[in-house]
Amino acid sequence: MINDTLIPSVAVVTDIRTDTPDVKTFRVVTQDGKKPFDHKPGQCAMLSIPGVGEAMFSITSSPTVKEYLEFSIKKCGCLTSWLHMIEPGQEICIRGPYGNSFPVDTDFVDKDLLFVAGGIGLAPLRSVINYCRANRENYRHIDVVYGARSMDDLVDYQEIISEWQKEEDMNVYLTIDRPQEGWNGHVGFVPNYVTELGFDKTRTVIICGPPIMIKFTLAGLTTLGFEKSQIYTTMEMRMKCGVGKCGRCNIGNKYVCHDGPVFRLDQLSELPDEY
Amino acid sequence: MYRISLDSIDNLFAAISAVEKLYIPADREDGQSYFTEWKEGVKLSDNLNTFRSAKGLFFPQVQDLVSFRTEGKKIEVIDTRKETEDFVVFGVRACDAASFGILDRVFLSDPVDSYYKTNRDHGTVMTLACNRPDETCFCTSFGIDPSDPAGDISCWKDKENLYLKSLTEKGEKLVYALKDLLTECDENAADTVKAEVKAVMNELPLSNLKPDDFTGEQLSVFNSEKWKELYRSCIGCGTCTFVCPTCQCYDIKDFNTGKGIERFRCWDSCMYSDFTMMASGTPRLTQLERFRQRFMHKLVYFPMNNDGVYGCVGCGRCLRKCPVSMNIVKVMKSLGGDAK
Ligand SMILES: Cc1cc2nc3c(=O)[nH]c(=O)nc-3n(C[C@H](O)[C@H](O)[C@H](O)COP(=O)(O)OP(=O)(O)OC[C@H]3O[C@@H](n4cnc5c(N)ncnc54)[C@H](O)[C@@H]3O)c2cc1C
Ligand code: SF4
Ligand code: SF4
Ligand code: FES
Repeated sequence: MINDTLIPSVAVVTDIRTDTPDVKTFRVVTQDGKKPFDHKPGQCAMLSIPGVGEAMFSITSSPTVKEYLEFSIKKCGCLTSWLHMIEPGQEICIRGPYGNSFPVDTDFVDKDLLFVAGGIGLAPLRSVINYCRANRENYRHIDVVYGARSMDDLVDYQEIISEWQKEEDMNVYLTIDRPQEGWNGHVGFVPNYVTELGFDKTRTVIICGPPIMIKFTLAGLTTLGFEKSQIYTTMEMRMKCGVGKCGRCNIGNKYVCHDGPVFRLDQLSELPDEY
Repeated sequence: MYRISLDSIDNLFAAISAVEKLYIPADREDGQSYFTEWKEGVKLSDNLNTFRSAKGLFFPQVQDLVSFRTEGKKIEVIDTRKETEDFVVFGVRACDAASFGILDRVFLSDPVDSYYKTNRDHGTVMTLACNRPDETCFCTSFGIDPSDPAGDISCWKDKENLYLKSLTEKGEKLVYALKDLLTECDENAADTVKAEVKAVMNELPLSNLKPDDFTGEQLSVFNSEKWKELYRSCIGCGTCTFVCPTCQCYDIKDFNTGKGIERFRCWDSCMYSDFTMMASGTPRLTQLERFRQRFMHKLVYFPMNNDGVYGCVGCGRCLRKCPVSMNIVKVMKSLGGDAK
């Protein structure tokens, strides 16, 4: 029988880290302990628990990690709640990788990079950021602006503080929506913070988060003089097949699962505003 | 070209079904025809076309994909795909034959859908030219000739005979297997029938409908004010998508049979409100967006991605079946011209 992409493989969850009250990060390997497949930064995979459901998730680990794949998953429904209850050693089903990726080896090379993330939106960007860190010589300055509702909702705070913030030529700006005891950092919404920081307009911007955050950040960047062709984002639509056939995830004539999820803003603005 | 007397057509069906499963359009009590497995007594329908197209033979409404057995933390994936039997489908009209080409573009493009491909590989399509296209037909708008259908074997029917001409290797093989029943005849034997069909077609109200009137930039068509009027009567029942030979949207679901878990896919409809529902809401909030999606897909998005080939074959099913008489023709007529 020929293989079919709709038939998943079995993988094992070897490690589960609780990042926030509703986000956990899962480390996944094959049954014989290997990385399930290679991927590019920005790509996704379909995870499922038979009888519970199947859904698309961004691969949050960097392609340069050769031992496993990682997924940061927010609890919001049937499958994701189930995943939040499992323990290490649990087998799950996986298929992928799906979608295009960020142009890390072309358009991003020799650029100053500005990453803007809100909430779980950091998940897909973490793969890109860590890829760029691993190939540091290919890129110039890296800035990360990352915000969440509260201190507790900042995903993977430890890696950011203990590694990213200490790196040379890399600045991390964290913000939370409202003041909170024990928080000495910035308070305020991501879009305002980005405008306040006033980045110069030579940077290539990679942005991911809730639609409302993206919308206001873009407005801010436009005022700062950024062009649409410098800005990249990843889109999210309901998905079933992951390969451009079930007809579910299109924005205009593009299937987000297959032609996306990464879009450059000038390309996105040629498509109907239906996302 | 070959011919066989219509009096012996049951012998032809018997001979085919002796070797492979055969499906032909046959009438049910409701007076409508459905592709039915042939056995003694099943009669070829006289209807213009079947209620549903033959799409389901290649892309079934419900299809098992894979099974799972789970125990504790363990999962076993069981590939339940079986060796598919060869089959023949007889009586496919030109429009529906063209729809397979459209489905092929979806399911046979990389990565190939093995379920669909297996059915395509095992199926032999015997098409049948129309004799009486009716006022809901507009296949010619999409360059389809109802008097000259594609397929593995094309057939024509006049008052006395059925004429057959094989177009592919598969068709050749089948004709060879049936040759004891067939009489070789002149290549022009079906020309009179063809001419008659063409004459009927030219008289039909939709024969002048042109999809190229419709080609605008996707944004201008999408943003046309006309959708606000057009969608109003649509009740989102999804009938048009289920009877459509080219609609390909599907859902994937799991079902616990008690013995294991079956993952299956089934037809779905972009006309339904939960089709694109996400935790953060849906980008297609009202029936306007859903209605627009169906027609944008067939008339704008699909051709953009497929060398200008439209995602409609003008079979007229959605015209005949929509409970509120809304349909793709009204959309084409309304948006043709000044939507640009
Ligand atoms: C390209 C892509 C990348 C994604 N990456 C991540 C990620 O890295 N981390 C993460 O936590 N989530 C991610 N998601 C969202 C994730 O797919 C949904 O959270 C998941 O489908 C919900 O499944 P469920 O069974 O728990 O919810 P369900 O029980 O199916 O539904 C709960 C709610 O979630 C909605 N829902 C169903 N599918 C989606 C969807 N595709 N997107 C959003 N909401 C949906 C339902 O309509 C419902 O409102 C991504 C989605 C896409 C399309
Ligand atoms: S859209 Fe209507 S006329 Fe066109 S192929 Fe589908 S059912 Fe037939
Ligand atoms: S166009 Fe007609 S058949 Fe299609 S969903 Fe709307 S009401 Fe139903
Ligand atoms: S998820 Fe099926 S087309 Fe994109």
